Order: sequence, then C-alpha cells, then structure tokens
Amino acid sequence: MSLINTLPESVVTTKVDDLLNWTRKSSVWYMLFGLACCGIEMMQTGGPRSDLDRFGMVPRATPRVSDLMIVSGTLTLKMALRTKLLYEQMPDPKYAVSMGSCANCGGLFQLAYSVCDGVDKVIPIDVYVPGCPPRPEALTEGLLKLQDKIQQERWLVKKPDAAEAVA
Amino acid sequence: MEASEIHEILRAEFDHAIGEELGSEQWPVVSVEGARIAEVSTFLRDREDLRFDCLSNLTGVDLADDNQIQVHYNVFSYQHRHQLTLCAGTVRLDPFLPTTCGVWPAANWLERECFDLLGVRFVGHPDLRRILMPEDWVGHPLRKDFVEPDEYHGISTRRESLLKL
Repeated sequence: MSLINTLPESVVTTKVDDLLNWTRKSSVWYMLFGLACCGIEMMQTGGPRSDLDRFGMVPRATPRVSDLMIVSGTLTLKMALRTKLLYEQMPDPKYAVSMGSCANCGGLFQLAYSVCDGVDKVIPIDVYVPGCPPRPEALTEGLLKLQDKIQQERWLVKKPDAAEAVA
Repeated sequence: MEASEIHEILRAEFDHAIGEELGSEQWPVVSVEGARIAEVSTFLRDREDLRFDCLSNLTGVDLADDNQIQVHYNVFSYQHRHQLTLCAGTVRLDPFLPTTCGVWPAANWLERECFDLLGVRFVGHPDLRRILMPEDWVGHPLRKDFVEPDEYHGISTRRESLLKL
C-alpha cells in the first residue's frame, strides 16, 4: 500500500538527515574574515547585488555563533596562529572556505618571508575558490558547492554501509 | 631653500659631522654622522629658515658589502615647501642610532619598523618593539644574510612548486 495517497497534501516524507541538512545548509552564518583585497569582494558578495542573504547566509562578527569561516586574503604567519585560534572557537559542525590565490597557496606573495603559503596548512578547508580576487559570482559558486557538501552529510547513521543494512 | 644653501648651513653648524652633498637639486641628500643624527634633526626642525617639521618617511638599507646599515630620513617643511633626505650610517655588526622620537613623534613607529626589519637599535626610543613581525620572530628579514626559517610554530614555510606536480 502506498502512503502517498493516504496522507494529506501538506505532509512531506523525507529522511531526518536530509531535513537536518536542509535546515543547516539554509542558514550558514559566515564569519567575516577579510584579510586583504579578497575581503572587499567578500563584502560585495554579501552586498545587495550578489546578495548572499537569499541562501540564508548572514555575516557574523564573532566565531562563536558562526558556522563558516571564509578566509579571504593573504595569510601572514603572524595571522596564521590567530586564524587557528578563531577556527577553534567556532562551534561544531564548522566549515572553512579558502578564497583567492593567497589563501589557497600563498599566491603572489608565497615567496615572502612573512607569508603562510596556504591556509590549509593551519586549518582544514572544505572549498577552495580560485581567483585573484575571485568575483562575487565565483565565491557564490563556491558557497553553493559547500551547501551541496552539507546536504550530503550523514548524522544519524555515520557509516554508509550500516545505513544500507538498516534499509 | 636651495639644496646647496641647506648643506652650507648644516656644514657651518656641524662641521665634519655633515658629509658631502649627494642627490640632485630636486632631491637633495645629505649624509650625517650617525651619532649626531638627533642633534642635526633638532636643528633642522627648530631653525627659523629651515623648519623641517614633518618626517615623511624613515627607511633603512643593508649595505652588506660596505659592512654598513644606512638609515634614511625623508623630511619636509610645510612652511617653506622644501625637502631633504638625511642619510645616517651605522656599523652592521651592532647597529644603533640615537632616536629622533623626541624631534618628530612620527619617528616612533617608523623606527620600530626599522628595528623590526633591519635590527637597528634606536637608543632612547620609548617603546622599541617589533611592529610588523610576530613578537617571537627570530632575526631581521631585510638583512642580506637573513635565512628564512623552515617552519614557524609548526607551520611549514616551504611549499613545492605547483608547476612541478
């Protein structure tokens, strides 16, 4: 017997994980972490023209209420330690996006004595956005990729094999 | 005031502490004995027809071949609209100069930068700390013999060239 015709029209069936992930991915609050010129593009992305608000993304000024850290700009060694500290202050589950060439690999300044060539040496990165600096469209694309990643996560059943067995 | 006139005034006042006139008419450079830089600065600022009241920049150069570190002071007079570059040398092994913080307050951070990157000690500076590099950094990066450390707090400073992969 199919459930579809017996339930009222306002009822939707889904997996709990999917529902959880759908709510989480639709309210990714990102911490403002502009380190250089990429920070300007990040502000543009959050501004009215590109408008990250339509994905439920709201800029936050503190790591303690943020889900996502967008590292945008040249990371110096001095800042690298602070970056790690800020990342550790974010509550789980947390994500990090590396925006622009400098954050990806040190970019133009990777040979400089003061530059940490790649933010992935300090914190784990979920999405890399290339560009110098990336346009708001590029960053938006990266954040959509992150949403896809969040949607794929499994919380109730950690092992994919176990999920198959239950089903 | 013309560059040569400024040089003559300084020569008359400080005699051998003032070196040859270098640079051009538009960008005059005067070399000054390092130990007397603070005196010369005070004189340049206070004398009525000179009035160099603005230190626009202060930089250092590591002249490793001459075993010398030169500190350059770019000063400007808002009143008379003339400018001058003072050039003070100090030995490379233990470089130190008298501070000019008391003459131009702008020198405070600029001297800290020079100390940070070249290791010049400015004697009498009220707060001579690093300003750009981390507090626990070892060495002075703009020295010619500076060797970049392999890691900093466990962060490797080396990265394979992406072109080789």
